[in-house]
Amino acid sequence: MSTISREEVAHLARLARLEVTDDELDAFAGQLDVILESMKTLAEVNTDGVQPTSHAVPLVNVFREDQPQPSLPRDAVLAGAPDTAEDRFRVPRILDEEA
Amino acid sequence: MSRIIDKTAAELAADIREGRLTSVEVTTAFLERIEAVDGTIKAFLHVDREGALATAAEVDAAVSAGQELGPLAGVPIAVKDVVVTKGLPTTAASKILEGWIPPYDATITERIKAAKMPILGKTNMDEFAMGSSTEYSAFGKTLNPWDTGRIPGGSGGGSAAAVAAKMAPLAIGTDTGGSIRQPGAVTGTFGAKPTYGSNSRYGLIAFSSSLDTPGPVSRNALDGALLHEVISGYDPRDSTAIDAPVPPVVAAAKAGATGDLSGVKLGIVKEFAEGVGAAEPGVIAAYEAGVEQLVKLGAELIEVSCPSFNYALPTYYLIAPSEASSNLARYDGVRYGLRSGDDGRHSLEEVMSLTREAGFGPEVKRRIILGTYALSAGYVDAFYGKAQLVRTLIKQDFEKAFESVDAIISPTTPFIAFKFGERTGDPYQMYLADLYTIPTNLYGGPGVSVPVGLSEGMPVGLQVMGPVMGDDITYRVAAALESTQDTLLADTAPEIEGN
Repeated sequence: MSTISREEVAHLARLARLEVTDDELDAFAGQLDVILESMKTLAEVNTDGVQPTSHAVPLVNVFREDQPQPSLPRDAVLAGAPDTAEDRFRVPRILDEEA
Repeated sequence: MSRIIDKTAAELAADIREGRLTSVEVTTAFLERIEAVDGTIKAFLHVDREGALATAAEVDAAVSAGQELGPLAGVPIAVKDVVVTKGLPTTAASKILEGWIPPYDATITERIKAAKMPILGKTNMDEFAMGSSTEYSAFGKTLNPWDTGRIPGGSGGGSAAAVAAKMAPLAIGTDTGGSIRQPGAVTGTFGAKPTYGSNSRYGLIAFSSSLDTPGPVSRNALDGALLHEVISGYDPRDSTAIDAPVPPVVAAAKAGATGDLSGVKLGIVKEFAEGVGAAEPGVIAAYEAGVEQLVKLGAELIEVSCPSFNYALPTYYLIAPSEASSNLARYDGVRYGLRSGDDGRHSLEEVMSLTREAGFGPEVKRRIILGTYALSAGYVDAFYGKAQLVRTLIKQDFEKAFESVDAIISPTTPFIAFKFGERTGDPYQMYLADLYTIPTNLYGGPGVSVPVGLSEGMPVGLQVMGPVMGDDITYRVAAALESTQDTLLADTAPEIEGN
């Protein structure tokens, strides 16, 4: 039995905002199945009482002085945007209504 | 050797400082080399001739004026395209960032500029640093200078190939699971992944934030150490930066070059030799010959057991894609890069999906889906959560090993450079390339790859892993190994046929 189905891959792609093609779905489902199968071996490992590691360096709450710092000039930031209007990022309509 | 491009970075820096060569002469020599052979190798995505020569001219003026200069002033460098460079295109080899020109510099870019090192250009890589062959670059693969039918490693294949083909004396790489060390191994160059947190991530295009580490690529350990000291050190703009002095890697490389390792205890991981991913025989033979040399220099070998290393690969391939799926959410077609499907008929959400579909390549999509799976409700405890627990065990195995040894050695990668297309059909086979490099990333300690010999005419690397903030011992052992070689492996690469 496979670990992950084509339908699950399609669902995950939707969650990740990827408009994948049918061919990609076929390929990914098989490949992800092999990968996930290898990951199931982790279940063998006894981790009772073990604390998780989220970061290699054990740092907590790095603070800095609350001083204003210069930020990038607006024009420099907007220069890389795919579309701008009135000194802002322009985006397609957000709600499903007449544009 | 008489050519400028054959000299090490340390030699070039001294020649420039002492007036035997100008930085413009040096930089021009490398630019000419790029012109001559990069049509074949394709290591660069972008070459900045003007910018590099302008910096070089500044250095030459400073030399003439008798000004004090940094240790690598005037020595040109190539930078992996995942590091942002103000005013120079930066794409992470992805279509989703094609044409983007960053409005700021990464901290390590700032430090390279402050060190007055001319930036030759940006090097090719697997898209978003996901891969072990550069075959996943959206802009075409880079060829291995040793055999153009084979991969140069990845993700930093462009940086390694540029140094191996003498198009740059130095380069910057980034290493999340082996992306500096594995390309170093398969191209006969030196590469170091420093201690996580010792080199700033500010301005690296993020892949897996708890693992990403920038570091040097060079032809030998001393050059790598010189670059390491230029880019390393605390950065308040990186919230995971370690606020501690940079380990003395240059002094360590010089100490290693004397060829004395007496009293140094080197660990051999039992599980690496026995595990499912045991290296191919030619790699083992070259590696073991290198180990023999280290013993002759006085090193003592001690077997260490790290049982959790058997689970490092699945642990990594849960943690890294999980973090990547989150990090790559920023490519939404709104603030920078590509936007696709914005024709007035599609909603914002549809435009995001169409943009991401058009902009990401197959391996990036696979990892986003994998990460989304590992983080989704119902699976997060069994996958991402479990991986974080096993990561703790891997750290503990390292910490325990370093109670009895100074450094751990292994082959860098289980196999020599494979042929193009050999592993793209089965992503899991590609992942195996990083079997020996991944544990160090999960632990956070330093690891270097140093050329140790040949197998089937292709380079083999020996990896030296050290304790957290113990980068100096890795350089010392690597330089000691180099001292046993009559000629540096990097200097014996076959001549490349020009364009």
